[in-house]
Amino acid sequence: MKASLKGPLMALGALAVAGAALAFIAFSNIGDNLVYYWSPGEMLTQGAKAYGPTIRLGGLVAPGSIQWNAGHTELRFKVADSDQPTATTVEVLCDQVPPQMFREKIGVVVEGTFDQSKVFKTSRLMVNHSNEYKPPKDDKEFKDMMKNMSMGDAPQQAKR
Amino acid sequence: MNSTLGYGLVLSGLMCAAFAAVVGLVTGMARRENALPWVQRAMYGFAASMIGANLVMVKALLEHDFSVKYVAQVGSRSTPTIFTIVSLWSALEGSILFWGAIMAGYLFAFTWIYRREHGRYMQLSLGVMAAVATFFAFLIAGPANPWTAIPHPAMDGPGPNPLLQNHVLMIIHPPMLYLGYVGMTVPFGIAAGALLRGELGDAWMVPLRRWTLVPWLFLSIGIILGGWWAYAVLGWGGYWAWDPVENASFMPWLTSTAFLHSTMVLERKKSLKLWTLALALGGFVLTIIGTFMTRSGVFNSVHSFTQSAIGPTFLVFIAAVLVFSVVLLASRGHLLVAETHLETVVSREGSMLLNNLVFAALTFVVLLGTVYPLATEALFAKKITVGEPYFNQMALPLGLAMLFLMGVGPMLPWGVADTKVLRSQAMIPAVAGLVVVGLCVAAGYRGFMPLLAFGLAGFATTTTLRELLLPARQRMAEQKEDLMTAVFRSATRARRRFGGYVVHLGIVAIVVAIAASSAYKVHVTGTLKRGEKLTLNQDYAVRFDGLENGREPNREWIAANVTVLGPNGAESVHHGLDGPRMNYYERSNDPIGSPLVNARVFRDVYVSVLAFDSKSGSASFNAWLFPLVGWIWYAIPILVLGTLIALWPQRKEKASESEASPDRAVAQGS
Repeated sequence: MKASLKGPLMALGALAVAGAALAFIAFSNIGDNLVYYWSPGEMLTQGAKAYGPTIRLGGLVAPGSIQWNAGHTELRFKVADSDQPTATTVEVLCDQVPPQMFREKIGVVVEGTFDQSKVFKTSRLMVNHSNEYKPPKDDKEFKDMMKNMSMGDAPQQAKR
Repeated sequence: MNSTLGYGLVLSGLMCAAFAAVVGLVTGMARRENALPWVQRAMYGFAASMIGANLVMVKALLEHDFSVKYVAQVGSRSTPTIFTIVSLWSALEGSILFWGAIMAGYLFAFTWIYRREHGRYMQLSLGVMAAVATFFAFLIAGPANPWTAIPHPAMDGPGPNPLLQNHVLMIIHPPMLYLGYVGMTVPFGIAAGALLRGELGDAWMVPLRRWTLVPWLFLSIGIILGGWWAYAVLGWGGYWAWDPVENASFMPWLTSTAFLHSTMVLERKKSLKLWTLALALGGFVLTIIGTFMTRSGVFNSVHSFTQSAIGPTFLVFIAAVLVFSVVLLASRGHLLVAETHLETVVSREGSMLLNNLVFAALTFVVLLGTVYPLATEALFAKKITVGEPYFNQMALPLGLAMLFLMGVGPMLPWGVADTKVLRSQAMIPAVAGLVVVGLCVAAGYRGFMPLLAFGLAGFATTTTLRELLLPARQRMAEQKEDLMTAVFRSATRARRRFGGYVVHLGIVAIVVAIAASSAYKVHVTGTLKRGEKLTLNQDYAVRFDGLENGREPNREWIAANVTVLGPNGAESVHHGLDGPRMNYYERSNDPIGSPLVNARVFRDVYVSVLAFDSKSGSASFNAWLFPLVGWIWYAIPILVLGTLIALWPQRKEKASESEASPDRAVAQGS
């Protein structure tokens, strides 16, 4: 196998072809793997275009919308555009256990798909981590939780 | 007091850097070499000012001087001392200040080490580096000023980002990455200096190679530690997500690795000159783009600090560096003509060329995937992200091609190869690769891609080990030395070669670990009551032993006590702080999870607690079994060892010998 590259022209030509091929593959591959990032309102205005592709739906968990099924394996809640009661919402069906931080009015991003049933199905629920430091207004809630824990059936063990 | 002193030092650093940049570039272009001492003094002045400013900031943090804006932003009296020091780089302003200190260290070391050498390039190169330093000093003095005095300081502050307080890796991961990023300034300065001067002497290529290798090593360590940190802290059961910020660190790594290979072709065959210098300049441009991505808040990720004013300043700087690099390469291109031509691809230089093309292709793929969302948002106001499958599908074949070249390259000679010799040489490694595949299949592993990766790894390892040990075996036979002496002596005689191959072994270990841990991982999730088990496979399971809570000065935690059940009844108990838990930091509403990593040499059992219900005492878990994953980070010492062997200075008499020989120029300008 002696592929002698005679002259820089041929080498450049080969390089250009290889580069074009790479660019073509990369661009077509990227087109197949795009994930759309929409808020509920934006997604609903897409109409049928939103049925099928992978979507990251971002918004707030609508107050009073969190529901578990009987076996506690399926979670239903609504994602809203904003915290206004009139905000557009989308119903989400999640088969994953949500993180501890999950609660009403918290920012979430769910990745999954949407279809005619108007229910967004996801198995990936991410909670927006706020890196901002707020005054500990939930402190009481947390202290209560800690207190309940030590009185409840969970054993309070000494620090090892 | 602290804020006046600190800001004064930053201003003094800014002035020194600006002075060095102007004097260095102006006198350098005029070829008045007698101005060099002034440039050097200004460099020392910059270094002293910046390191001084950082010491003042550390002092202010330790004293909890909340009259300094940055301390008020990240300080807290309840934070442990070590994390108080670490908070120097836990937010935007401090991290750029710390950046300045590292820049100071590099520029001081470079100026000092070569204070009496390479006079013809030194002013220009130092001038370019000083120009970069001026930009960073300007950032600290202006848009990212941490020193603003607060007239009525509070008694206490919020403390650093809880995520950063959660693990010791956070103490070393950022400095390593910064050492990698900032260090790329030096090879940029060296290459730009040579191009500005219009000469590219062999002697000047030596510092260029060595000063690329140093930041390359830190960048490698920083990237791996970043993955390890994500794995050990974030609890989502992975170490790499093709997050824009991860990509930002990976791209300069790719270009500098390509540079380290192409520079060998330049040295031996006097070709690939333009390409090699373009890589040296391009690597720096990519680090600056990376810094911009990390620090400007254009991307939303675990790394992004809050939106800040440095974005536009950075964009201007990126544009300036890009234009400067392109103009420089274009105007000096006529000096960078190859002196030899590639005879055949089946040669060492041919394999290096292919290696460089693969690295360039991968850089392009990663760059495209990273900036694509930015471009569509800017052009069409559409918000999209590029899914991980794109990166994985594109990187996998390119990675395997690299592994193949890593096995083939070392056995090819420079110039034209003798096909017969080559065939007999390739025999043993090829058989070794097939044996590895056979053993994996026999052990029950399936899947084309991972098996191909293991086979190529076996192939590359065998070639590399042979190249490492062949000279030693010859010494054992001829000089009657024992194995250790022979290996040591043969290594000292060809340090760069030997070190390079040791690094190759580390990279093979990493590739195998990535392939095994992603192809054969097991993931289960579920909600357990006390005493219930989560089964991973026939050997491994996780048992939930109940909840436990505790308190530390800076946080409170709730742990899910678990026991990892292994094969043959092996049990390892992880209770309390040792178990997967939720941490509640002061003044942060949301809990931060800490996963349990039950690490062993050949597998990790990884458990993170998703949620718990204190009334029923149940908890929900995500559990994984990752084969071999730890070898990604266990390979760090191998990379360090190999790089140190390659960097270790040659014996004195040899060094002076090569210096005495006249500057044989690779390219000579008028």
